[in-house]
Amino acid sequence: MWKLLKYMKGYKKEAFLAPAFKLLEALLELFVPLVMAAIIDVGIKNGDTGYIVNMCLLMAGLGLTGLVCSVTAQYFSAKAAVGFTARLRHELFAHIQSLSFSSMDKLGTSTLITRMTSDMNQVQSGVNLFLRLFLRSPFIVFGAMIMAFTVDVKAAFIFVVVIPVLCVIVFGIMLISIPVYKKVQERLDRVVRVTRENLQGVRVIRAFCREEEECRNFRDRNVALIRIQLLSGKISALLNPMTYIAINAALLVLLYVGAKRVDAGFLLQGSVVALVNYMSQILTELVKLANLIITVTKAIACGNRIASVLEVQPGMAGKPADGNQPDTQSREAGRNTDNARNEKSLADAGETESEVPAVAFENVRFGYDGAGADALSGISFTAKRGQTIGIIGGTGSGKTSLVSLIPRFYDVSGGCVKVNGMDVRAYPLDELRRKIGIVMQKAVLFQGSIRENLLWGNEDASDEDLKEAIRTAQAEDVVFGAKEGLDAYAGQEGRNFSGGQRQRLSIARALVRRPEILILDDSASALDFATDAKLRRAIAGLSRDMTVFIVSQRTSSIQHADKILVLEDGALAGIGTHEELLETCSIYREIYEFQFPKKEKKAAVGEVPS
Amino acid sequence: MKKVLSFIRPHSALVLLSLLMAVVSVVLTLYVPVLTGRVIDEIVGPGAVQFERIARIMKVMVFIVLITAAAQWVMNVANNRIVCLVSSEVREQAFEKIEILPVSYLDAHSSGDLVSRVIADVDQFADGLLLGFTQFFTGVATILGTLVFMLVTNAGITLVVVLLTPVSLLAARFIAQKTYAMFRMQSEARGEQTALVDEMVANQKVVQAYGQEKNIQGRFDKMNERLRSYSLRAVFFSSITNPVTRFVNSLVYTGVGLTGALCVVRGVMSVGQLSAFLSYANQYTKPFNEISGVVTELQNALACAGRVFELLEAPAQTPDAEAAKELPDNPGSMSLEHVNFSYVPQKKLIQDFNLKVKAGQRVAIVGPTGCGKTTLINLLMRFYDVNSGAIKIEGTDIREVRRHDLRSTFGMVLQDTWLSGGTIRDNIAMGRPEAEEKEIIEAAKRAHAHSFIRRLPRGYDTVIGENGGSLSQGQKQLLCIARVMLCLPPMLILDEATSSIDIRTEARIQEAFHSMMQGRTSFIVAHRLSTIQNADVILVMQDGNVIEQGNHESLLKKGGAYARLYNSQFVLSQADNRADVFVRGKQD
Repeated sequence: MWKLLKYMKGYKKEAFLAPAFKLLEALLELFVPLVMAAIIDVGIKNGDTGYIVNMCLLMAGLGLTGLVCSVTAQYFSAKAAVGFTARLRHELFAHIQSLSFSSMDKLGTSTLITRMTSDMNQVQSGVNLFLRLFLRSPFIVFGAMIMAFTVDVKAAFIFVVVIPVLCVIVFGIMLISIPVYKKVQERLDRVVRVTRENLQGVRVIRAFCREEEECRNFRDRNVALIRIQLLSGKISALLNPMTYIAINAALLVLLYVGAKRVDAGFLLQGSVVALVNYMSQILTELVKLANLIITVTKAIACGNRIASVLEVQPGMAGKPADGNQPDTQSREAGRNTDNARNEKSLADAGETESEVPAVAFENVRFGYDGAGADALSGISFTAKRGQTIGIIGGTGSGKTSLVSLIPRFYDVSGGCVKVNGMDVRAYPLDELRRKIGIVMQKAVLFQGSIRENLLWGNEDASDEDLKEAIRTAQAEDVVFGAKEGLDAYAGQEGRNFSGGQRQRLSIARALVRRPEILILDDSASALDFATDAKLRRAIAGLSRDMTVFIVSQRTSSIQHADKILVLEDGALAGIGTHEELLETCSIYREIYEFQFPKKEKKAAVGEVPS
Repeated sequence: MKKVLSFIRPHSALVLLSLLMAVVSVVLTLYVPVLTGRVIDEIVGPGAVQFERIARIMKVMVFIVLITAAAQWVMNVANNRIVCLVSSEVREQAFEKIEILPVSYLDAHSSGDLVSRVIADVDQFADGLLLGFTQFFTGVATILGTLVFMLVTNAGITLVVVLLTPVSLLAARFIAQKTYAMFRMQSEARGEQTALVDEMVANQKVVQAYGQEKNIQGRFDKMNERLRSYSLRAVFFSSITNPVTRFVNSLVYTGVGLTGALCVVRGVMSVGQLSAFLSYANQYTKPFNEISGVVTELQNALACAGRVFELLEAPAQTPDAEAAKELPDNPGSMSLEHVNFSYVPQKKLIQDFNLKVKAGQRVAIVGPTGCGKTTLINLLMRFYDVNSGAIKIEGTDIREVRRHDLRSTFGMVLQDTWLSGGTIRDNIAMGRPEAEEKEIIEAAKRAHAHSFIRRLPRGYDTVIGENGGSLSQGQKQLLCIARVMLCLPPMLILDEATSSIDIRTEARIQEAFHSMMQGRTSFIVAHRLSTIQNADVILVMQDGNVIEQGNHESLLKKGGAYARLYNSQFVLSQADNRADVFVRGKQD
């Protein structure tokens, strides 16, 4: 929680002024009992009506000044608290955006969303109350004690005893309830998760008539949440009665000691009234504090949850930005080879033997965090500039993992991946990713117009560029079939478009970028064959320099690739052209023959689908 | 407000207890100053202090303080309980509502916004309610109690107090009215931001792949700034209430001090009584203070409750007919009669759709993307209701059947794989939670999911993360297929069920599907024509209409859209292959 305080920076002035004005107001309030004591001891004793009226005017004046101070304090504290959370929200969102894929996989989205929203709100009200009241209360408590000393030193010692006792009670209860509250928030997370899941999986849940089970499931989590909430409620419920007892015990002692002192002639009756007043001021402050403590405790627990997200290292992004020595070196090395290649290709364009490959995998091994086996192992291949590489293989054979390594969504566990001869880890991330257009399996669009969505690929693209990309992606009918054209509106995650439409639009989005490397990760799966074929032809007709990776289930999609990688259980089972693989790779042959059965096998295969 | 009360009513016993304890603790709390005043009156001056009487009064005080503390505790616990129970009930109802809302409602509302209603808004509502309960009751009780005590002590001064307080109330009311709108705006801005966060965080990979972090951050910051300014206004204006009422309080205190002191001078009142009065003046006005604070908090709570109730009151899907008809045991035949449907009235989709399916027939639906294939499935499963016309199973309109009965006759595998967070086993057994281990493994084997499941670190007990976590799309699809294999419902809907599965595995799954489809009416949507050419009826759809209907051979002979589609898949393949397929197509 305390680490978060640095986001208060821009609001230092407000964060300082709010309590300052609050203290001023409290100070004024502390004078009231003194004035009252003066009224009793001087005004009433002497029957001086004029004095009484004057003193009362003074009290009213104190009240008015108090009002001004306190409104000022409220303003500053609201400004500081709201500004602080806005800043924190900004930071947290920025941080989440910088998290690596593996951190995201680990954290899960729904907890991040609660942290962005509900935790944030709690922190805001916590900070606001803290600035306004948390400082005020101790100040009043201690102020009342000091004022008591000015009235009578001996009687004031009672305050010295009771205040530590109160501190122990207040902070003790706070300390106990913070971890409990943390649990509350964790269980709330689970409730969020079920809710989200149900919203996303409505169709499946309803298809399987799972509504009642899901309700039961939700109820279970909800009950777990309530149980811990009740516990935390029981703990904080203790605060009020306990402080009440402590204060009143002190009051009794105070009265007794006061009586003795008055009896002995050291003290006046009015002073006793003043002391009693101070004691009851402490009590009212503490009652207020007790009500706030829940809010502040919650805020601290929530703040800690936010801080824990902020503590997650933003994965890989840091490395290149630091400009580490080895990185710069290899970067320079990369540049040199870049130059070398350029010179060479200028020298003799026909000669491609020694050309630096656009993408090279060198004995790559990769495993997901927490997964048992490696997803990829011993992968080595090169893709030359302008080549088309097809990747085919069984479900879970590592196709997606392989292409995810090129834009460095994940870091390899062993070996290295090179783009233009340079290790991907040596590039600044955005420079690397700007070279690459990737279309993922799950095609999503984002809320906004189609134009806005496509401009993600390249902000400077003209409408003409967009249209060209749309044409290539075979999405003309999607965009220009509708009246709104590029201005057609996509809802959240583009849900108002069908799967195939989304896929084509996301391909267009990647093409707008005019990437050096285009990766299509099974991104035509929702397209029919005709569209798929047209799409491939259109892409093939694009720039000669673009290296294209096509991950597919269909041999027809990849058989014309310059090189085909056949993956099986995370290892290369074959590599070569279509013809070569038909000769050498049994797995490839099997896949191919299922799709394009040969005459002699017709009977055997024919049985399968009938 | 009325709706809120209806949630509280079931807990009226607790509410009564809380009220009773509030009264007890307030009365006793108020009695303490009286006693203190009496003690002070005994402390007249040097040598004149009546220690014996003081001791007697003090004993009473100890007793009272202990009871008060106990009453306060019981009250706090009761309040907390009420709030927890109410908020959990609201949340539960909201969730149950989500389960019966029409799918169209959920499609139209962002899930982030709905989540924020079920979670954040209910939370805020509960917080407000808690403050309301703890402070409102004691507040009102304190006001009434002090009034009585003050009247008993001195009617004149009481009048001063009573006359001054409405000012505080008016001020509080005025501010509260102003702030309600601001809180509502804050809530809306928050909902909007949550929706953005939801969308972006959920699809972070795409965002990062396109290096759009800065861009998104810009949009986020704009919303953030708007939220900040709304929040600032809401928080500031609502927090003004407190100082203002406090100011009124200090006026009341001064008034009491003035009139009281004058009374004492005239000898109508003792100093002890004045001390008691002053403490009453404090206690009497403090609740106004708190109540006004509570009022703003309640405003916020009601604004949030409003959003929750909006959800609770959204029209649910038309309930199942009372006299729901039963479907026969093994339904098979199906007919669609003059079905018209569109998602939005302006954009016609399915028009006058007619189809008869005999029991056990395999119906394949092909067509370009966006032609209405998935819509058709939405209608069959009754996720959406037809606008006109009817869909009948064994002659019974599906709207006359209970949704559960209808849906459990269908086994559905969608392209959009969805898995719930839980173990692999739970996911497979989703449709039949009572299934035995053996059956689950058998289903997984038939779906060819067994081998990859076995390789997972904890096999069938592996907990998969939110929406499938690190499983590949194809693996998820295999699990979805296993799920249906376990249920073996009388009818099947396969919407691109194998689109992400590799060819070899698919070939094997097809076998399983085919044996499963024997005697079962099934609807298949697929792009791979190899999966559908054995269908009894192939529907070629375009723009929501069936443009061709027939079996593979007749459609190929016709040389229409289907033939074009069919041939196109081989456009880029070698000529001899094409020839092969054609030969095969004719011979089949």
